[in-house]
Amino acid sequence: MEVKDIRIPNMRYEDFNDNEYLENYVSELREGGVNIFVGKINDFINWGRSNSVWPLTFATSCCGIEFMCVGAARSDFARFGWEVTRNSPRQADVIFVCGTIVHKMAPVLKRLYEQMAEPKYVMAIGGCAISGGPFKSSYHTVMGVDKIIPVDVYIPGCPPRPEAILYGMMQLSRKIKVQNFFKLPDERKKVAESGELKVENGKP
Amino acid sequence: MFSSLTQWIDSFLLRYMGENWALFVEFLLIGVSIMVAYAVLALILILVERKICAYFQCRLGPNRVGPWGLFQTAADMIKIVLKELIRINRADHFLFRLASFIVIVGSVCTFGALPFAKGLQVIDFNIGVFYLLAISSLGVVGILLAGWSSNSKYTMIGAMRSGAQLISYELSCGMSLLCIVVLSGTMQLSEIVEMQRDSWFIFQGHVPAVIAFIIYLIAGHAETNRGPFDLPEAESELTAGYHTEYSGIQFGFFYLAEYMNMFIIAAIAATMFLGGWQPLHISGWDTFNQVMDCIPSAIWFLGKTGFCIFLALWVRWSFPRLRIDQLLRLEWKILMPICLVNILLMALLVALRG
Amino acid sequence: MKKTNMEITEKYLSSLSFATLERRADGMLSVTVPKENLYEVAKFLRHECAEKYNFLFDLVGTDSDNKLGVIYYLSQSAQPEQMLALKTFTADREKPELFSVQDLWDSASVYEREVYDFFGIRFINHPDMRRIFLRADWNGFPLRKDYNADPAVNPVPEKSELISDMERMPSITLKMGERKEETSYVFEKDDYVVNFGPQHPAMHGVLHLRVALDGEIIKKIDPVFGYIHRGIEKMCEAYTYPQMLHLTDRLDYLSGTMNRHALCLCCENALQLEVSERAHYIRTIFDELTRIASHLLGWGCMCMDMGSITAFVYGMRDREKIMDIFEETAGGRLMANYATIGGVARDIHPNFQRRVKELIPYIRKMLKEHHMLFSNNPIARGRMAGIGFLSKEKAISLGATGPSGRASGWHNDLRKISPYAAYGKVNFDEVLRSEGLTYDRYVIRLDEIEQSLRIIEQLIDNIPEGAYAAKTKAVIKLPEGEFFQRVENARGQFGVHITSKGDKTPYRVKFRSPSLTLVGALKAIATESKVADLIMLGASLDYVIPCIDR
Repeated sequence: MEVKDIRIPNMRYEDFNDNEYLENYVSELREGGVNIFVGKINDFINWGRSNSVWPLTFATSCCGIEFMCVGAARSDFARFGWEVTRNSPRQADVIFVCGTIVHKMAPVLKRLYEQMAEPKYVMAIGGCAISGGPFKSSYHTVMGVDKIIPVDVYIPGCPPRPEAILYGMMQLSRKIKVQNFFKLPDERKKVAESGELKVENGKP
Repeated sequence: MFSSLTQWIDSFLLRYMGENWALFVEFLLIGVSIMVAYAVLALILILVERKICAYFQCRLGPNRVGPWGLFQTAADMIKIVLKELIRINRADHFLFRLASFIVIVGSVCTFGALPFAKGLQVIDFNIGVFYLLAISSLGVVGILLAGWSSNSKYTMIGAMRSGAQLISYELSCGMSLLCIVVLSGTMQLSEIVEMQRDSWFIFQGHVPAVIAFIIYLIAGHAETNRGPFDLPEAESELTAGYHTEYSGIQFGFFYLAEYMNMFIIAAIAATMFLGGWQPLHISGWDTFNQVMDCIPSAIWFLGKTGFCIFLALWVRWSFPRLRIDQLLRLEWKILMPICLVNILLMALLVALRG
Repeated sequence: MKKTNMEITEKYLSSLSFATLERRADGMLSVTVPKENLYEVAKFLRHECAEKYNFLFDLVGTDSDNKLGVIYYLSQSAQPEQMLALKTFTADREKPELFSVQDLWDSASVYEREVYDFFGIRFINHPDMRRIFLRADWNGFPLRKDYNADPAVNPVPEKSELISDMERMPSITLKMGERKEETSYVFEKDDYVVNFGPQHPAMHGVLHLRVALDGEIIKKIDPVFGYIHRGIEKMCEAYTYPQMLHLTDRLDYLSGTMNRHALCLCCENALQLEVSERAHYIRTIFDELTRIASHLLGWGCMCMDMGSITAFVYGMRDREKIMDIFEETAGGRLMANYATIGGVARDIHPNFQRRVKELIPYIRKMLKEHHMLFSNNPIARGRMAGIGFLSKEKAISLGATGPSGRASGWHNDLRKISPYAAYGKVNFDEVLRSEGLTYDRYVIRLDEIEQSLRIIEQLIDNIPEGAYAAKTKAVIKLPEGEFFQRVENARGQFGVHITSKGDKTPYRVKFRSPSLTLVGALKAIATESKVADLIMLGASLDYVIPCIDR
């Protein structure tokens, strides 16, 4: 199967900026070939999953406001079927980490992630969630949520514009689209096997 | 049309197997078709609500998955079916699993008894109204179980609110339907629909029928747990209410049942007040009546139901939520007394008419 | 008249043998008293003085000259432009203890916990000396100068803090000369405690409320803060003044422009920098636009908390128009990053005036629609009627400034009290209501939007020509001393306190968050009301959590 098959209804393949990452990801997943029957089932499942990603309402600070803007009239992520924001982590598919995560919040976020049902995805929105951002020199900030939970998509900005968040959502859709229902990608497998991610300490 | 189809299936099966086997296959067929219709209607309904809600809010709503976003809810269903079912720590697992089934079973059973079109009714009890009322309130048991068994404080509060709410509004619901039973003198749904051939009950019954219709819409809306009566799952204080701890298809059951209950309430309103699948007839306007007859009965039924659903959605997306004390006050101090007086009025009307 | 009152106070204070009076560089009267006499002086100022200092504006913990101390900023409701700084110190760094004033001002209760959390100063007779922002197992007191910032000392915790329903509050009491260290329970033994937050759909952020319920009635609320505590004040101590500016935007992100304005004004006053009229006008317009945007969002959130999601989307829709204007001129949407020390970052966009003028009638029209959709809705009126009463005295004592305080009839609008920027040149009304109920707090925001539009209307055509920013030195160094500035942001009075030692970085920075005291007000108004109203009452106060936690 060609990598160019990763088509989502919202954006052309050429319009995405860094396709190499996804291509490597696909070739890693498809090592050893894919059974045509399994492939079709995969496509079907991934079509469903990538088109129905329900976010958890979770925001710690500023980026949450821009996340609300994405849901409001101007940007309207309902067009892509993302508007069913679930309040209970059990029913959500993706957690948007909007805003700074601090020491006191870190275990709570991890708990939230663990409460979500598989398949689950994480999007780190804004500088704070990616690396600590403007609060990197603080004593109480976690230097990026990937220290606590595995992140699928990073959306830089402080805060990112709604368009940037939409672009990140499209990236997540594409990522879901190439997943293999019968085979976990390596990073997630490690998490699944060890049971938990190791928490590292960020240095200021 | 539908009766000829069923007769043909019946004779076809009898040709190849014994009577019992034929019956068994027929039951199976009916069951499967009801379930499929239930799921498909629910998916359409969810999409419709999302679209309508979007238009109310100056948004576009789903429009990328399939033409005009038609396959959006199908994608949702695929996803939700394949989602992990989480085993809740220290929950009562048997009741936890059972709760979602009770809710959906109650809803499907009610759905099955509706007269969808001329001759398209699975079972026509002579106490049809009674059956509808009884079986549709099965859902509250499921909700209470869900809230109790999840071992969470939110679900517990949500379930308790839901119990209080559903049981109270069940009364108004029943009373307003009773008005129509008084008017029609029967509880059989097919007969009720048949009696509305010339004029729908909402016109036949004068003021009491209109009052009963409005009360039924309010109380029915409350029974579906939707805004402004969505206290059991009031997202602002109880995260997701009684189904907070459910994931995957178990949550999907609650989700489907919520939408289908809305359909059921609207369908009962259409059947009891707006003539069911009967076309609009105005006495004296023969040509008009003949034109109306040309429209298939199923379309009439769905159209009327759709109208009631639209009303419900309109209210849902315009009004803020009531508080539990206001909700119960509305029922016990306002709707109930009006209902009681209304039944008397209706009885008087029927008596005067002879 | 005004002077005499101040003079009486001053006379009394100078008559005290132990008190040292001084005029600070920013003109404020500062009184230093020994810690033993603090309570006595505070009590006089609160209850017996000619004009009672009934509003404790802020408490600033300090660590200078190897002494830990506290500055109390006091103000009055009768003469709100009067401010007084009361200082006290303790040389004991091992077991620093001061007397609590939480029985004099309600707001002191939460401020003192904050000082304890950051400096380790324990307050005698304060019933609840738990840490407020940091976890109980945190090592050290971060705002002390000798704090060990090594991340190995305080690693990212792996497990959530287990907060038991039977949590205890430590306290020190000193009665009749007898000193006792004791603990008491937060909740009673049989209370049904429900957690709201930190992740909760309607908590407007990561506030954690622990609520003891009796059926649906709230018995007690215990807020837990700190889930978004980013240590901004400590970070500022390592930043230069222009670098600090961007942090202010991220405190209360909905009134970022105004917070930034406060810090700019504080620095400009300290430097005695002349800011051009043009910059003042532009800043004022930006402040008011931000206020409108913030109130629209606040209105929408409150409606959403009552279950009306459509109203929320409408609010966001109108807000987008303001964001567009910001984007064109400042480059940022939510974070305009616009004001700088000496002016604004860049000149206004050629389209700015036209777009603002188009916005004004649009918002007016939409306000009518919002009133039609929600304010006059019988269910909404029923929900808001008769609940959440906050009396004027309580509002002042709690320090619930801004629209929430004005809904109780407390005249506290700094734009009127001590006009800064271009506010002295425009006609507008301070919206005051008297009942102090939820509906007042709700409707006052919509009325303030109307007033903001009036202000903008008067300014937009009269922006004077001139430089948009004054020339500043490449390295900005504030003169030695303590500086203070407060502005009216969308939630209330936002204060900046800077202690400078003459370096290019400040020695101590303290931001007074209006939201912190509003949570105290929530405690006051939500007790005895129904749990279904809790979130809505919180929304009526319109606090922003990152501003609380800083």
